[in-house]
Amino acid sequence: MTVDWIFEWLNGLFTTLSGNAFFLIIAILVPCLALFGFITVYAFVVIYMELKVSSFIQDKVGPMGQGVGLHAGKWGVLQPVADALKLLTKEDIIPESADRPLFIMAPFMIFIGAFIGFIALPFGEYIIITDLNIGIFYILAVGSFSVIALILAGWASNNKWSLYGGMRSAAQIVSYEIPAGLSIVVVIMLSSTLSMQGIVKYQEGGIFNWIIFTNPFAFVAFFIYFISAMAETNRTPFDIPEAESELVGGFHTEYSGMRFAFFFLSEYANMFVVSGVAATGFLGGWQSPIPGYFNTPLWGIFWMLSKTMFLVFMMIWMRWTFPRLRVDQLMNVCWKVLLPISLVNIFGVGIWTLVFG
Amino acid sequence: MGIVHGQEMVLNIGPQHPSTHGVLRLQVRTDGEIISEIKPFIGYLHRCFEKHSENVTYEQVIPFTDRCDYLASMANNFGYVVAMEELMDIKVPERVEFIRVIMGELQRIASHLLALGVYGLDVGAFTPFLHMFRDRERILDIFEMTCGARLLYNYMWVGGLSHDLPVGFMDVTYNFLDYFEPKIGEFNNLLSHNKIFVERTADVGVLPPDVAISYGVSGPNLRASGVKWDIRKDEPYSIYDRFDFDVPIGEGIKGSVGDCWDRYYVRMLEMIESVKILRQALSQIPKDGDVHQTIPKKIRPPKGSIYKRTETPRGDLGYYIVSDGSPVPYRVKMRSPAFTALSVLGEIANGWMMSDVIAILGSLDIVLGEIDR
Repeated sequence: MTVDWIFEWLNGLFTTLSGNAFFLIIAILVPCLALFGFITVYAFVVIYMELKVSSFIQDKVGPMGQGVGLHAGKWGVLQPVADALKLLTKEDIIPESADRPLFIMAPFMIFIGAFIGFIALPFGEYIIITDLNIGIFYILAVGSFSVIALILAGWASNNKWSLYGGMRSAAQIVSYEIPAGLSIVVVIMLSSTLSMQGIVKYQEGGIFNWIIFTNPFAFVAFFIYFISAMAETNRTPFDIPEAESELVGGFHTEYSGMRFAFFFLSEYANMFVVSGVAATGFLGGWQSPIPGYFNTPLWGIFWMLSKTMFLVFMMIWMRWTFPRLRVDQLMNVCWKVLLPISLVNIFGVGIWTLVFG
Repeated sequence: MGIVHGQEMVLNIGPQHPSTHGVLRLQVRTDGEIISEIKPFIGYLHRCFEKHSENVTYEQVIPFTDRCDYLASMANNFGYVVAMEELMDIKVPERVEFIRVIMGELQRIASHLLALGVYGLDVGAFTPFLHMFRDRERILDIFEMTCGARLLYNYMWVGGLSHDLPVGFMDVTYNFLDYFEPKIGEFNNLLSHNKIFVERTADVGVLPPDVAISYGVSGPNLRASGVKWDIRKDEPYSIYDRFDFDVPIGEGIKGSVGDCWDRYYVRMLEMIESVKILRQALSQIPKDGDVHQTIPKKIRPPKGSIYKRTETPRGDLGYYIVSDGSPVPYRVKMRSPAFTALSVLGEIANGWMMSDVIAILGSLDIVLGEIDR
């Protein structure tokens, strides 16, 4: 509840100006800037991770700093920085036939969609920007914000490949929202709250109280959520909106330099948000797996980050192992497999709670 | 409510596109994701191979054959020299024949590794591509060790070879074979039997045997349709009749005979057969013999013509050489297997989706250098 806390603190500090709207703006800005810094650092870490993990999967060493002079640091740890610098200094090209305002707006919109999801992610008992009473619902809602941005990018580029990418992503993300949402309903049913902190508190008391292990239906729900989340973030095997070998680059074909970097960044930010929701909803969030131990706030951050990053690692692992699905197969998986299973899950959890709860 | 009628869109895939395997342009008519018509446009890589050949001497044609199918240069050399030797009635020493077969089969493995790896890339799997490139690299190292070149070898000459085998060649090649054989199982686990890969390729782009034959499709693409036709077996050239190997054909294990998965898997099986041939050739090769012994001082074939075909990794490659008795060929015509493979695309890819067209094109394993020449 950082925003509230800063606001109170500022009010207490300057009692004469108490309740000033200016304080509220500061109270909102400070955590958001911190969050922005966190996303940037996280992006560097996860890009490095993606480079190295993919390299090890592919039997190569990945970025390595060797020799003297300008190089990417020991074991290539500075490679993401170099990549970012390259993207920053690249020429910013806007195609002549593109719809200029929409073309410029799309990367920012997609980043906002990824960014505002972070607001309701809890990193500890008190470390959350704002604990909305509808937190999990809010994250699901703003998660679909990126669809608009992707269609916008696809349409505004005025390129047939981009249009394909935009249309594919619209169909994909909208359909995968449904199984993802229905799996989250399982969590909500068990914890009987929509607040992220409430869900985490429900899972108190060690690894066997985590929702994923409480009953078999929740276990299935976790995997359905995770698959749908992967589809929502456009990662292989569900990367058909980008589909390098088919659509060149999909919706970001025409984007270059910093605008492209924003698409890139928000993909990774989105990965963190959906993994964070999975960690919070199913894996106990910032709770320690051993009851009574490692429960300090710092450990809370550690648990939350490690659970989330483990899921991010899983996504990277799958990306570099699987081929890509076809667009109709993708829809089949969603509507004919995941959706019925998640509906059965809801009934199952209801009955399970009645019988054993 | 009536049915919503969309407008058809004409889309150019290529010439600059990640999965056209070179500079090919496909003009497709699409209704959403469904493709209703495909027109391949070629010629972006035309380098006048046949016309050039009429202006250079016979031995100078060999480097040009390298550059046609640049992924199987050895096999292209092989076809040309076999045709020339038949025209000039040259009998090359045993050792030369064995070295040629060894090189031809190594080249087949290298070419298939690339074809399969890139096919994985076409359907979105990046990792098998790099794994296969890693192993192809070892074959290129062997070629480099033998003739100094890694891609365009100019290794087989009319009547002989440019170099004899280097010291240590046997060990390196045996090591490679021992290393490579278990890798095929690994590739199968990683890609061939992957559920998503099978979903994407089985029953997609089925090429019936009669269509394949009427279009003149050859090589692995034809065999995947269930036709047991391999020039090495049915019309043996060089010393291929001495080796014991099978001709794998498509059996429709995952879908129906002649689908993309079969075309993919036939290549995988052919690599195993090539390893078999290599092991036999390496153990039987004569210890001595001069590879330059029968190279003619002057290449002046008698008046006449020859058509000789050989089995390259891509199929039935034929050379038609007309000689007027001078040191310069009157005409050199190349019958390219990749060209016929591409011509069948419009027949089998109509009505499939965008992603399938890429998968079908990849499964035909075309090389634009050979199509355009």
